Amino acid sequence: MDSVRSDRDGARSHIPVALKILIAGGFGAGKTTMVGSVSEIRPLQTEEVLTGVDGADDTSGVEGKHTTTVTMDFGRITITDDLQLYLFGTPGQDRFWFLWDELSQGALGAVVLADTRRLADCFPSIDYFEQRGTPFVVAVNCFDERRFGSDAIARALDLDGDVPVVEFDAREPTAARNVLIELVEYVARRQLASAGSR
Amino acid sequence: MPADALFPGTGRVLHDWLDHDAGPVVRPYAMTQGRVAPSEGEFDLLAFVVATMRDDSLPPSLHPEHHAIVGAAWEPTSVVELASKLDLSVGVVRVFLGDLRSAGLISLYEPPAASQPHDVDVLKAVVNGLRAL
Repeated sequence: MDSVRSDRDGARSHIPVALKILIAGGFGAGKTTMVGSVSEIRPLQTEEVLTGVDGADDTSGVEGKHTTTVTMDFGRITITDDLQLYLFGTPGQDRFWFLWDELSQGALGAVVLADTRRLADCFPSIDYFEQRGTPFVVAVNCFDERRFGSDAIARALDLDGDVPVVEFDAREPTAARNVLIELVEYVARRQLASAGSR
Repeated sequence: MPADALFPGTGRVLHDWLDHDAGPVVRPYAMTQGRVAPSEGEFDLLAFVVATMRDDSLPPSLHPEHHAIVGAAWEPTSVVELASKLDLSVGVVRVFLGDLRSAGLISLYEPPAASQPHDVDVLKAVVNGLRAL
């Protein structure tokens, strides 16, 4: 549990290991609810410089640099003094994709929240994590009584066979916590499998 | 709200007509004199910052934000925590961290490289910790 690089020997106290989990999904899928139900939620401002690349806000005709403020949800779960889990609710709008690259770097994994009334909203998140090889689970936030079954949802989303799909209620702290457990166990299984095949 | 209420962490006076809904009074990068990137180094969101000296022994030339960061980072504190605690944007915090680091006023502890797989024992500890919540 050592930090890789340090400026000097011996910190004032121990440097914890911090792990990052992303909570993604379409607008209104329950990201804020989920971060808030398992951790103390706080807003985080990320003022980023837009370079005017494709998809970003159009800055043509405007001299100089442009910045945009994006507020995202951030929560911390202290597992032990040495171990902290950070949750980031990724901004849903497409024009904030540039923020995802930093967030997903070194992330333990991601929870993609799906809403069965608007299943297609979570396709971009799934594509993104598949392309980057970030492990993820799909958590179906059940807003109403209807259940479709995880198999049907996995088929509808065209997921790889081993990606876990769970139905849950983001407002329930235990349910949200169980989704995180599902993700971490899935990451551990993948890790063991890839170590075994080496 | 009492008239002498302070902006959390920054020591600035907070007037009751200036709140979150009113938006920022100072554009974020005005605080950094327009600098948008730290003078040196990169600061991962999950890098831990530790102040090398007490807030009250800092050189007087520094900004209030430098003081606030050093004050908040006496115990190891992550970059993202600092930004959230001090209500500053991550980009702005990074610029100030760059200043503090070149002046030797903070130490930085980077998280393990992104390419490194997560230790299965750590993952087990996370699962056990989550179950115990």
